[in-house]
Amino acid sequence: MSTGTQTEVVMPQMGVSVSEGTVTKWLRQVGDAIGRDEPLLEISTDKVDTEVPSPAEGVVAQILVQEGETVEVGTVLATIAPAGAEIPPPAAEPAPEPAHAPVAPAPAPEPEPVVAAVAPPAAEPAPAVAAVAAPAAPAPPVTPAAAENGRTFVSPVVARIAAEHGVNPAAVPGTGTGGRVTKKDILSFIESGPATAPPPAPTPAPPVEVAPPPASEPVADTAPTPPPVASEPEPAPVAAAPAPAAAPAPPPPALAPAPAAPPPAAEPVAAQAELTPGEELEPMSAMRRGVMAHMRRSVDTAAHVTSAIEVDMARVVALRAKLKPELAAQKVNLTYLAFIARATVDTLLDYPWVNGELRGQSIVTRPYINLGIAVALDEGKGLIVPVIRNAQDLNLTGTARAIQDIAERARTKKLLPEDVQGGTFTITNPGSFGTFHGTPIINQPQSAILGTYALVKRPWVIQDDLGSDVIAIRPVMNLTLTYDHRLVDGAYAGMCLRDIRDRLESWDDAAY
Amino acid sequence: MPEMTYIQAISDGLRLEMRRDQRVILLGEDVGVYGGAFKVSLGFQEEFGPWRVIDTPLSETAIVGGATGAALMGMRPVAEMQFADFISCAWDQLVTVAAKQFFRVGTPIPIVVRLPSGGGFSGGPFHSQNPESSFAHIPGLKIVCPATPHDAKGLLASAIEDPNPVLFFEHKHLYRRIKGEVPEDRYTIPFGYANVHRPGDDATVVTWGAMVHTATAAAAELAKEGFEVEVLDLRTLIPWDKERVLEGVQRCSKVLVLHEDTRTGGFGAEIAATIAEEAFEHLDAPVMRLAAPDTPVPFSPPLEKAFIPQVDDVVTALRELAAY
Repeated sequence: MSTGTQTEVVMPQMGVSVSEGTVTKWLRQVGDAIGRDEPLLEISTDKVDTEVPSPAEGVVAQILVQEGETVEVGTVLATIAPAGAEIPPPAAEPAPEPAHAPVAPAPAPEPEPVVAAVAPPAAEPAPAVAAVAAPAAPAPPVTPAAAENGRTFVSPVVARIAAEHGVNPAAVPGTGTGGRVTKKDILSFIESGPATAPPPAPTPAPPVEVAPPPASEPVADTAPTPPPVASEPEPAPVAAAPAPAAAPAPPPPALAPAPAAPPPAAEPVAAQAELTPGEELEPMSAMRRGVMAHMRRSVDTAAHVTSAIEVDMARVVALRAKLKPELAAQKVNLTYLAFIARATVDTLLDYPWVNGELRGQSIVTRPYINLGIAVALDEGKGLIVPVIRNAQDLNLTGTARAIQDIAERARTKKLLPEDVQGGTFTITNPGSFGTFHGTPIINQPQSAILGTYALVKRPWVIQDDLGSDVIAIRPVMNLTLTYDHRLVDGAYAGMCLRDIRDRLESWDDAAY
Repeated sequence: MPEMTYIQAISDGLRLEMRRDQRVILLGEDVGVYGGAFKVSLGFQEEFGPWRVIDTPLSETAIVGGATGAALMGMRPVAEMQFADFISCAWDQLVTVAAKQFFRVGTPIPIVVRLPSGGGFSGGPFHSQNPESSFAHIPGLKIVCPATPHDAKGLLASAIEDPNPVLFFEHKHLYRRIKGEVPEDRYTIPFGYANVHRPGDDATVVTWGAMVHTATAAAAELAKEGFEVEVLDLRTLIPWDKERVLEGVQRCSKVLVLHEDTRTGGFGAEIAATIAEEAFEHLDAPVMRLAAPDTPVPFSPPLEKAFIPQVDDVVTALRELAAY
């Protein structure tokens, strides 16, 4: 292939432990012009959903990985030809390799009727050109399979036949463009092929694929833990037992899903039941797979305990009401979460183990707090934890602005790989939906996670100026701290929660 | 069974109808003494007299309006346009009066307008058009587009019998180029029934008029490659044989809709949309359309060749369908 002058676009490394990514959407098609750094496609990894910009200016010459396909980091996704370069004509041979989509030339533009209509008399050559612009070779209506479908596209008739016969189209050898399964292919497959219909799973992921720790994890590599049990279909109970190891490893990148100690248990993929009538299958996104693996791994790793505390938020409520218009002028949305984050960060400086990490048989502590904020995506069907670095350096306004920034970028898929790495502590805020209590799962390899819940008005016993008890209406919020009891004990966690509460209840306007 | 050219079959059919039914009259520019622009009615005035074969002034409005009035009075007029292109002059009489009369006041207008249409001989933008889709959009009109001598004669008899205004598109390029066996006696071919011009199971080409022959030649090419293409000649567009088209789609799952008219808003769009609506689950490839580009018909012979779908174009399109 003559890629001498062409620039290749590869699946980027979106974090140290990320080894693969899924193409979710092509923003440009073959033949489209594109400028350098203009968005070319969207990808999804188990860490980040993001746009990939074009590394060069020119024309999209080839799209080699179709939407929905998952490929390893470094795989060539597309090529960009210099502007004006000849885009290779579609390969005529009917058996291209699936990933190599033959590229159709940009269809000749349909002549504008108006042009010819207003053009001078027929003798003039100009309208003649217009008329012949889309000549004998009629613009192909849609470039078939090759351009956008590849191996995964199933035509309506093939889908219907597959459904009627309980055949998985993916199991049928395809002879159409780009390996597409044609009607003839599936009919002859049914006639000759095995009647045993495999379950129509769209992406029958082998168990190995989801379970093992990413190869680039230094800790996993050096820790003398039992051999991975990834290939074993059932969760191995032994995996739950902590296997702390003397790991003199250099500080690894503090990645969210780093499986610090034991090998992760295999994913629950063993028993795949047949679909019953009414049930539907949908493929799992890379993010979902990442969340799935990570949650399981965390529960298998940490000894989760949750403590809760009630906080009288009256001062915070009053202060927020006062500051909110002022900060709105600076385009900062002042949320309760910003106050809580601020109070928590200050408190964590006094409780380094809550902000720490178990690494082998050692305890890692830090003089800084990289604060993760859990952000829900896709109407609650996705989750990502972008990180505010050195949160201890930010005042209230800076914290609010940072939360706003990462949440916005998470929702618009503009997060960078480093935005989701290196967190030391996480806050999750399910209370925005009104829940008053929860037990979040710790974001490994961290040691604790703070949950914030609904702010509700309650009858509350307080002391008046004379020291007498009175019942007042106060805005009260529950906070939970879920911590890894392997490292953090109840008293330590309780003191930490108490200090967070005290900071919020006695909020010193000037101090923040 | 005698062999006739396409134009002979039309002439023969018209003559038989005029002999059979006194109400059938012919009117148009130069249809009488001169025998018509293409000599379809040569000798008719001698046989049927000047009151049944009427030379009119050069006014398409008058021709269609006169035919409509005569039909109201009980006649079965057959009006001739010298070229189908000129029917636009009579748009109002045809569309506003003839097509709607029955629905407004209940009086049928059994007229036939003969429309020599189509290109392929450097007639230029005024003498080469295929305006069938403009009229297919007008409720109250029927549209006939024969492709063979046999169908031309039988469909003309049906058109004259029909109580509605019928537009009879005769393709000029077929007039003397296409020959076929035609029964001597009178016969009719019902509207709304497609004809399988060539059988095949791998793809179906839905077309009409001169493109039937283009498609058939292309199908012969594809047959050499082991890809058997059905050529379905609709014969009439209003009504069109939806059932037969959908049957072809269900059997072949790959469809090419082909017409000589320009692409945008062409009748092929109606067919493609219907297939998408009613046979979606039978498709194994996108419905493909092949038509002339959206410009007036060019005068220059090489440009006209580039404009009208040629056998090679159809072959290319069918290969694309085959490979899909």
